Amino acid sequence: MKKTRHPFLHDLKENRVKWLMILPAAIVVILMCYIPMGGIVLAFKEFNYHDGIFGSPWVGLKNFEYFFQSGKAWTTTRNTILYNIAFLCVNTLLQITCAILLSELAGKYFKRITQSIMFLPYFISWVVVGAFIYNMFNYEFGAVNSFLRALGMEPLDVYSNKAAWPVILIIVSAFKNVGYGTVMYLASIVGIDGEMFEAADLDGASMWQKIRYITLPCIRPTVVLLFLMAMGTIMKGDFQMFWQVTGNNPMVLDVTDVIDTYVTRSLLNLQEFGMTSAAGLYQSGLSFILVLIANHAVKKVEPDYALF
Amino acid sequence: MVGAKYQCKKPIGRDRVIFNIISYIILAVLSGACLLPFLLVLSGSISEQYAISLHGYSLVPKEISFEAYKMLFKIPEELLRAYGVTIFVTVTGTVIGLWLTSMAAYVLANRDFRYRYQVSFFFYFTSVFGGGLVPWYIFNTKYLHFHNSIIALILPILINVTYLLILKSYMMSIPESLYESAKLDGAGDFRIYISIALPLSKAGLATVGLFIALNYWNDWYNAMLYLDEGRRDLYPLQYFLNNILTKAQAMNAAAARSGIPASDVPSEPMKLAMTVVATGPIILLYPFLQKYFVKGVTIGAVKG
Repeated sequence: MKKTRHPFLHDLKENRVKWLMILPAAIVVILMCYIPMGGIVLAFKEFNYHDGIFGSPWVGLKNFEYFFQSGKAWTTTRNTILYNIAFLCVNTLLQITCAILLSELAGKYFKRITQSIMFLPYFISWVVVGAFIYNMFNYEFGAVNSFLRALGMEPLDVYSNKAAWPVILIIVSAFKNVGYGTVMYLASIVGIDGEMFEAADLDGASMWQKIRYITLPCIRPTVVLLFLMAMGTIMKGDFQMFWQVTGNNPMVLDVTDVIDTYVTRSLLNLQEFGMTSAAGLYQSGLSFILVLIANHAVKKVEPDYALF
Repeated sequence: MVGAKYQCKKPIGRDRVIFNIISYIILAVLSGACLLPFLLVLSGSISEQYAISLHGYSLVPKEISFEAYKMLFKIPEELLRAYGVTIFVTVTGTVIGLWLTSMAAYVLANRDFRYRYQVSFFFYFTSVFGGGLVPWYIFNTKYLHFHNSIIALILPILINVTYLLILKSYMMSIPESLYESAKLDGAGDFRIYISIALPLSKAGLATVGLFIALNYWNDWYNAMLYLDEGRRDLYPLQYFLNNILTKAQAMNAAAARSGIPASDVPSEPMKLAMTVVATGPIILLYPFLQKYFVKGVTIGAVKG
C-alpha cells in the first residue's frame, strides 16, 4: 500500500527528522521572501491599509505610468547602472593591483599590517561612514575645508556641488570594498602552482613578465566570473551606502538618487505604495532577467561555476 | 606561498627593486587613505568645541579635551540602552541564526537526502528574485506586526542564503565515512548533527557566526523602517548614532532629558565621540577575529 504513495510524501515520512531540521530556516525564508513575492500584485493595485494587499482595487498599469512619467525612472535607472559600472571597474582594478602587490612583496609585517588596515573599513557600519563624510566634508567644520582654509584657499561646498558626488561615492565604495576584494583575489593568487613561477625564473623571466604571463592569466577566470555576476546585480543600488553617504541631500538628488533610495524615500515620506511597488517590480524584474543572462554567460565561460 | 624560497636563489634584479619600491608606495598610500577617516574622527572627538568652531576639524587636535567623552558618560541612559538593545539583538540573532542555518546546511550537505538540490534551489532562488521593498514592508507591518517591535530587528536578517551555502559546502567536506559509522551505531540525524557535524565544522561556524553577528551589530535599516520616534528605547546603537548625526536637536534633547542645558553640550566633538564609542568594540575585536573573516571571504570566493 505504501509503495503506491507519492515519492515526496514517502520521503517526508521516511526522513522526517531531516525535514524538521530544515523547517525553521525554511519558514523564515517563506515569511521574509516568498510570501512578500505574492505582494508584487500591489504594483497593479491602488493600495489602502484597510482593504489590505488582496482587497485593494486593481488599477492596471497606472502605477507604472505614474513612475515612468515622473521622470524619476530614467534618472534613477541611469544613476544605478552608471554607479555600479564605475564601482565595479575601479574596485576590481584596485583589488587586483593590491592583491598582486601583496603577493609579490617579501616584507611580512608590512604586508600583514597594510592588508589588515585595508580590510578594516569593510567591518564598520554605513552610519559610521556617514559620520566620516560629515567629519570631512561639512562646510563649516569639515577637515577638508579646514585644510583648504589653512592653505588660504576657498572652502568647498560639496553639498550643493553636483560634480563632487560621483567622485566621493566612487572613493567611498573603494574605501569600503578594496580590502574585501583584495583578500579574495589574494586567495586565488596564492592558489597558483608555485612551480610555474620557478620555471619562469629558470627561463630568466622578469617580474613584469611573470605577472603578465602567469599571475594575470591564472586569476582571469575568477575576474571574469565575478564581473559577470556583478553584471547580474547592476540594477541594484547599494542602498545603505547611498542613503548614508549622501544623506538624502535634495540639492544633488539628480546625480545621487538610485532606484533603491528613491523607493525607500517615497515609501517613508509619502506613503506612496502603488508607485513604489511598481518601481520595485520594475527593478526586481529587470534584475532577474539580468541574472539569467549573466548566468548564461558564466555557463559558456566557466560551466562549473554556473549558478543554476 | 608564491614564496621567498625561490626569490633567494637569484640575485635581486633591477626590475624587482623598482617593483618593490612602487609596491611599498602604493600600498602605504592606500592603507594610509583607509586609516585617515578613523584618525580624523578620533582626533575630532578629543578636540575642544570652540577650537572646532574656530578652525574646523583637523588631523591633529588643536586643543585636546575629553569633555565630549565625559559628557557621554553623564547622559549614559540612552547610550547604554542602545548598547543593550544591540547586544541583545546581536546575541539572540546570532545564536538562533547560526543554529537554524547550520541545521539546514547539515541536511543539504547530506548526500542521502533525496531532495537536496530542490531545497537548495528553494533557498537560493530568494537571492536572485524578490518582491521588492514595498510588499515586504506592508506584509511585515500589517500581518506580522513588526511595527515598534524588537522582532523587526531580528527576523529580517536571521537567515542569509549565502552563509547557508558556505556552511553547506563546509559540511560537505566532512568525510562521509564518519556519518556512515555513526549511522551504523544507530545515531539519528539530529544526533549526528550535534555530535559529528557541529564539532567538525567549528571553524566554519565561527566564520559564519561572526558574519551574522557583524550584520546585526551594524544594522540600522530595519530600525529606520519599523521603529517610531516614540520607541527610542528600542533603538539599536547604529540607529541611535544615525539620529544623533542627522538630527541636529537629537543630542540636545537627549542631554535635556538628563537635565543638562543644551549650551553645555560640546555638540561637534560629541557626535564624533559617539561614533568612536559605537565603532570601538569592532575595532578592538578586529585583530583577533580577522582571520575568521579572511577564511569566510576565501570560501565564498571559491564557491563563487
